[in-house]
Amino acid sequence: MLSLRRDRAALVLSFVLPIVFFSIFAVIFGGRRNAAPKINVIVVDQDRSLASQRLVEGLKSEGSLVVAARPNPKKGETQPEYTAATAEAAVKAGTAPVALIVPHGFGENPISFEGGGNMPAIQMLKDPSDMVASQVIAGLLQKVAMTSMPDVMAGLGSKYVDRFAGGLTPEQHQRIDGSLDQLRRYQSQPNGARQSGGGALLSVESRDVVGENKDNPMVSFYAAAIGVMFLLFTASGAAGTLLDEVENGTLDRLLSTRVTMTALLAGKLAYSALLAFLQLVLMFLWAWAVFKLDLFSHIPGFVVMGVSTAFAVGAFGMLLASVCRTRAQLGALSTLLILVMSSVGGSMFPRFLMPQAMQKAGLLTINAWAIDGFTKVFWRDEPVSHLWPQVLVLLTGGVALFALARKLAQRWDYT
Amino acid sequence: MAPAPTASLPLRIESLIKRFGQVTAVDGITLHLQPGECLGLLGPNGAGKSTLIRSIAGRVMPDSGTVSVFGAPASSTAARNALGWAPQELALYRRLTCRENLESFGRFHGMARAALQPAIAWCLAWAALEDRASEPVKNLSGGMMRRLNLAAGLIHRPKLVLMDEPTTGVDPQSRNRIFEMIEKLRAEGMSIVYTTHYMEEAERLCDRIAIVDRGRIVALGSREELVHQAFASRSQVLARFAGPADRIAAWVEARGGAYVEGHTDSTAQFTVERPTEIVGLLDSAARAGLELTDVSLRKPNLESVFLHLTGRELRD
Repeated sequence: MLSLRRDRAALVLSFVLPIVFFSIFAVIFGGRRNAAPKINVIVVDQDRSLASQRLVEGLKSEGSLVVAARPNPKKGETQPEYTAATAEAAVKAGTAPVALIVPHGFGENPISFEGGGNMPAIQMLKDPSDMVASQVIAGLLQKVAMTSMPDVMAGLGSKYVDRFAGGLTPEQHQRIDGSLDQLRRYQSQPNGARQSGGGALLSVESRDVVGENKDNPMVSFYAAAIGVMFLLFTASGAAGTLLDEVENGTLDRLLSTRVTMTALLAGKLAYSALLAFLQLVLMFLWAWAVFKLDLFSHIPGFVVMGVSTAFAVGAFGMLLASVCRTRAQLGALSTLLILVMSSVGGSMFPRFLMPQAMQKAGLLTINAWAIDGFTKVFWRDEPVSHLWPQVLVLLTGGVALFALARKLAQRWDYT
Repeated sequence: MAPAPTASLPLRIESLIKRFGQVTAVDGITLHLQPGECLGLLGPNGAGKSTLIRSIAGRVMPDSGTVSVFGAPASSTAARNALGWAPQELALYRRLTCRENLESFGRFHGMARAALQPAIAWCLAWAALEDRASEPVKNLSGGMMRRLNLAAGLIHRPKLVLMDEPTTGVDPQSRNRIFEMIEKLRAEGMSIVYTTHYMEEAERLCDRIAIVDRGRIVALGSREELVHQAFASRSQVLARFAGPADRIAAWVEARGGAYVEGHTDSTAQFTVERPTEIVGLLDSAARAGLELTDVSLRKPNLESVFLHLTGRELRD
């Protein structure tokens, strides 16, 4: 017990890490309802009928959805509404996992009791990497049809009666129209004042717009996600050689030669980064050989993201090593930080499953930026030029971490 | 040897001061080293020898004063190139072989590949480690590690080498081998600064000896000069007593001697012009009621000089 008290590293690993880790999982999966993740969905209303507007309004009133009809303003300027083409591009780019296109003529025949028929179907364009979003939206569409369009359903029902029952008398038509007016007035009341309506089915055609030719949609994600986590461990281990130099006295001797502290740290960073890059190469080659990841069509993107990620994790490792005084401290601190970064940054489960606040917190981690970049390359087939935000963050972050590591390593410059 | 012009001296230390908090480790030391000279820094543990050596190696930033190596400031590239350093603690990569260690330190000194291989061969031969060249350091004996530690400081063939207690923890046989290595360097004209707290090492290897105590040089010169400065032609009487330390100390003080309290007995040191003076001392001790256990007459050595100058034994 006494030794445990004096070994702070072991103490942290024994008591702090489990609590921190449990808290992260509790926040993500523990049912903090106000922080539950919302699903982004793009809606393009081509029909602009009463029925389509009702449908869109119904979707907007769903608390679990964030419905966008147009992109976010750029430089304060409102952007034009999405079209079918721009909505598809936005899903491909990962802006939202699903886009719904309400087609022309939807309002004429919005719902069907006949299992589809010739009615125009709503198109659901989806990114299958988010397996949850499309299923939730498919279900919500049917719910919204039932709760937000009772007048439409009733009107359509009377049409069926008129057609299949041999026609209604003018007096019956008049009564039905009167009831529909009443229903529409009821519909216009606030949500809380009305009760849910009857049931019907919308016709929905769904189509994958990303990764449609890929055999295993999640392989590239997990190759990057797991890869980055282990890269961080590798880099912190490699940076630990700095502490070995301190402990065995070679640092002092080395700094009496031509080698300066900055050159030494830069050399160790290069070594860590090279090791990390080789580890990534091996990981992706394995994914290619065993899980059919399409590595060789994405070599430029892989190299750009691989180098940027390896540099950032290498610099992170150098910072950890320069903060710590012993290998034992480094082991404890790196385990704690890397597991936290990996869970928040999306290495253990996709970030889109996390509450909004945690998704934002994830942007403080190397994992999130690296995974986003690799996803762009391997999943969305985006050109290398689209990787600039991720590359910029990883490289500038790496430079900042290295500069901080150099600052902290001043304590070894002279005694 | 004729003094060299000051600017081109292998080592020139002027008024060097280094403090660690409240402790002054080096307290205004001035020291000049002539080309080809072996200068011993002799002092007990904690005297400031290692701090002085680390200041010369550019690893300690002094609070004031200057250190220059062949005219270049310590820690400048020119000084680093001219200087070799074998630290007191073994500073080797234990998982690397002897050859790989030498190669690494050669590279750190910026040596080209062509120059490196002959330098490694020279170092292995000098340290008598040719047959262990491919052995990982962790498998070597303590003496072999010490020799490799010295060799690693010479891989770039410096003109001045700093050896900080290079025989610490080695057996007598290995110590002799290290002495032979150092004597070979001396024969080649290498300038050496050698720290030790073993008087015999300083006497055997060094041209001049600086006695260091509490961060200061209390005496400097050849062995003979130091002894002569302290004792002239006098001899030394060492007397051991059993009994109450305070009574013995009082008697020694009254007789003008130096008193050292040991674990089991107390030692008194006196200097005498003639050996016959020893009779008077013994009479006086008997009159004071002291229990004499041993008495000896000897020519003073560096140990005697240190005790004479500091009132303490060298291995305190």
